[in-house]
Amino acid sequence: MSVPRFHAAAWDEPLVMELGRPGRRAQLAPDVEDEAALPLSELLPAGVARAQPPALPELSEFEVQRHYLHLSQMTLGMMGVNLFGTCTMKYNARVNELIAARPELAEIHPGQPLETLQGVLRIVHEFERILCELSGMDRFVFQAGGGADAAYTHACVTRAYHAARGELEQRTEVITTIQTHPCNAATAAAAGFDVVTLPLGPDGYPTLASLEAAVSERTAALMVGNPDDMGIYNPEITRWIELVHEAGGLAFYDNANFNGVMSRIRGRELGFDACMYMLHKTFGAPKGGGGPAVGAYGCSAELEPFLPRPLVTRDAATGEYGLETLAEAPQSIGKVREFWGNVPVVVKAYSWTRALGAEGIRDAADLSVLANNYMDARLAQVRGVTRSNPHVTKRRLEMTRWSLAQVLEETGVDVHDISNRMVDYGVDAPWLAHEPWLVPEPVTPEPGELWSKEDVDTWIDVLERVIEEAYADPELVRSAPHNHPIAQVDVARVDEPSQWATTWRAAVRKRVAIARPAGSDHPRALGRASLSQAEASAGAEAST
Amino acid sequence: MEAPSTVTRTAHPYMANSAPALRQELLDAVGVSDPDALFEQIPAAHRTTHAFDLPPALRSEAQLQRHLRTTLAANVSCESNLSFLGGGVWQHYVPAVCDEIAQRTEFVTSEWGTPASDLGRNQAWFEFASQLGELLSLDFVGLPVYSWGCAAGHAVRMAARISGRRELLVPATLDRERLAVIRSYCAPPQMADHIAIVEVATDPRTDALDLADLEAKLSSRTAAVYVETPSGLGAIEPNGPEIARLARAAGAETIAGVDPLSLGILAPPGEWGADIAVGPTQPLGVHMNCGGGVGGFIATRDEERYARQYPTLQVSIAPTRAPGERGFAMTLFEQSSYGRREEGNDWTGNSVYLWAIVNAVYMSLLGPQGFADLGATIVRRSHDAARRIGALPGVEIRFPHFFKEFVVSFDGTGRTVAEVNAALLERGIFGGADLSADHPRLGQSALYCVTEVHAREDVDRLVRALAEVTA
Repeated sequence: MSVPRFHAAAWDEPLVMELGRPGRRAQLAPDVEDEAALPLSELLPAGVARAQPPALPELSEFEVQRHYLHLSQMTLGMMGVNLFGTCTMKYNARVNELIAARPELAEIHPGQPLETLQGVLRIVHEFERILCELSGMDRFVFQAGGGADAAYTHACVTRAYHAARGELEQRTEVITTIQTHPCNAATAAAAGFDVVTLPLGPDGYPTLASLEAAVSERTAALMVGNPDDMGIYNPEITRWIELVHEAGGLAFYDNANFNGVMSRIRGRELGFDACMYMLHKTFGAPKGGGGPAVGAYGCSAELEPFLPRPLVTRDAATGEYGLETLAEAPQSIGKVREFWGNVPVVVKAYSWTRALGAEGIRDAADLSVLANNYMDARLAQVRGVTRSNPHVTKRRLEMTRWSLAQVLEETGVDVHDISNRMVDYGVDAPWLAHEPWLVPEPVTPEPGELWSKEDVDTWIDVLERVIEEAYADPELVRSAPHNHPIAQVDVARVDEPSQWATTWRAAVRKRVAIARPAGSDHPRALGRASLSQAEASAGAEAST
Repeated sequence: MEAPSTVTRTAHPYMANSAPALRQELLDAVGVSDPDALFEQIPAAHRTTHAFDLPPALRSEAQLQRHLRTTLAANVSCESNLSFLGGGVWQHYVPAVCDEIAQRTEFVTSEWGTPASDLGRNQAWFEFASQLGELLSLDFVGLPVYSWGCAAGHAVRMAARISGRRELLVPATLDRERLAVIRSYCAPPQMADHIAIVEVATDPRTDALDLADLEAKLSSRTAAVYVETPSGLGAIEPNGPEIARLARAAGAETIAGVDPLSLGILAPPGEWGADIAVGPTQPLGVHMNCGGGVGGFIATRDEERYARQYPTLQVSIAPTRAPGERGFAMTLFEQSSYGRREEGNDWTGNSVYLWAIVNAVYMSLLGPQGFADLGATIVRRSHDAARRIGALPGVEIRFPHFFKEFVVSFDGTGRTVAEVNAALLERGIFGGADLSADHPRLGQSALYCVTEVHAREDVDRLVRALAEVTA
């Protein structure tokens, strides 16, 4: 077992709000060249002008650049080894970033005449065909700004489908499972449905009997993932779909965990009416720390009339691409977000599928499941680590959930402590599990097809080392991290109204975490001067 | 696709273990000869026999780049053509430092992390919220949501939860794209949690909200009044304080939609009485990206009444275990759908957090004087352009007070906007967005957007072209 030596950059970087000096500038507005142009004061209606300038920092251009470069250097993210489960950490090809930055993509407006958008329309159209191939669905739309937004799209489509059949008042329930991502339950509820959540059965997935008991004439839809994020596949899923269909409901496939089954399973063939892929996960587009993202929503021809618009079309005769708008789709749910979606993310996902091709996609699925099974064999040997649902002996797919409950019991060190210590070795904190935790002290790594065997070994070695530390010196782990720019954040009071502060002006008013230790003023921060100014302005505000 | 189970090809650059010998090493370690054996959980009947018809692989980056580049070359960008399109996504100058930070791989590829190991990203998020809070004069700001329309939709739902009421008042001239998004957040009438959307008339001369009609429609059913300045048609709303006062008197929340780029010169919503502010983040340093640059913010006063209704993630400054040291952590996470599934506020998921960092960079670059100067440049240039366009025979500017977008009526020329725009396109110009279908009361009108990217010579060219086209 060998673990890397690591220390993060520690720049002691003040908040941008504390930096700079009055009068400095980083960007200048262009001049108004026309002498006939009137002054601002003659152009605004009475009473709308801003009285006091916003209390923004005043910096030179280099100072802004250096500040944000420092912040980027203090972001571990994917710079070491990152096996963050459920999110399918992939190589985000640099060529895609460079393509997306070109003006033919970055500087186009969705309202341009269609003849000036033929290139991007062609890519969206061809990518739609690729996803139809992979899923068996008939149409895809990319408007949803993430996986949860695609789930919301489905909830809206479900409303429109049942409304069109005159059954919306009757169909008030959406069925999901406790192991399906919380966004399915949440978006169904946000769309106005009552949520029925099925618990797990003895085989690691909910029983057919529990579904039979839940399905009724009130059922609007089933929203479910498979395999789940413990790596367990529900082999009765086709029977589930039949039951829901017999009751008149729709079946939605949250394909978040598609990576291991790409090219082996097509949602439509299983009977699903609709599905969702996350292009920023399975399809190689970057995560951006949480977007811009795309939840690609696909469905059967029967549901196509209800899809949000626009949809990309291709004229078979001329080969020209176009957009079918809301005006042409009276049954459409309308829009879940403005415009067509995060088009650069679609282009990056298209690029990923072209870089791999059908065989490459098959290889990626195989390698991701292979790598997870390699991890399974090694992790099962690590002290204190146990597999979730240990009685399910069949091989897991692209990820497995583990439990460190034994480590907690024997050392008092929990999974948060272990995460905080793993980052000391340059390994990003692992995914644990969504609420509620069905498996105590969960850890869910997903190696995917990107990471080398050496990287996977490093991840396991680091976990093993940290667990050894937990047994030998639990306080070392509980007080981690030690190799990062700051110590563990104290979140004990962060949910208290007097202590939360989502902006600097709130922090100054509440005096939360604003002062630096005595004698440690940063040479570039205005320090106490800016603080007293900010306090004065906050005080003035409070008194008005 | 009948894929061979043994890979004999060259390794794929995106997959470290795809080299045949290395793949074999893993197979040997796992103890199977064929990966198929690893899929034993999946019944045979579930496995597809479909022969996948995908376009051929472009495994070489050089081939792939060529394909993408040549395909996208069929687009005509707003750098090669002269564009006056706006309406929800706008062409502004994106400073080079914004592009540099937007490309930093640490930010581009990060996922979740810990407060200490992703300190830099979390601090940048806090700086996004802090600087936006200064522009808005509001001190509670969430991380952004998908778009302006989505932010407005969530804000309406927040107001409905706060008030227990289920009616929303909106301006009759609200942008149709945004309205369609808000509508999908309000549920159809058959649903128990339906929120009814009621239109309030606007003044046909100024596009300001009609205060008499607003008063008539405010009632004990009103959860919120949604008002924008500038409006969807570009007009500056002169009566914000009065609208907020009337709403408050009726027990309703005031939701203000504002363009943050206007806040160097226009009074911030926190000062004229708005309770919840929403708006677009794309103007703050993000490219249009064919509409993929959009994002939306939600901000309020830091009061529990509002804070506990946020559906977003929020980053709070917080102490660390080291004395005097500060870090950043999520606050009120447990009220999100991550914490409480269907009991959470609406839903939370991936959003546009990379753009939030770019927005923070942009606001730092401009600073207080930059926002004031840029706002003045935009207002002066847009009015100068409008004055010159409005001087053409038969062409009329509809509303006198605007920020960067203004309505141009071609009714007096006998031409439709479609005809005008087709002729402009022949001259390499994207004319303003055609309003005739969405806003029939405006006749043959178009929404023109003029910003700091439009130089004097661009407006000269537009005016010459319009003179030819409408003659």
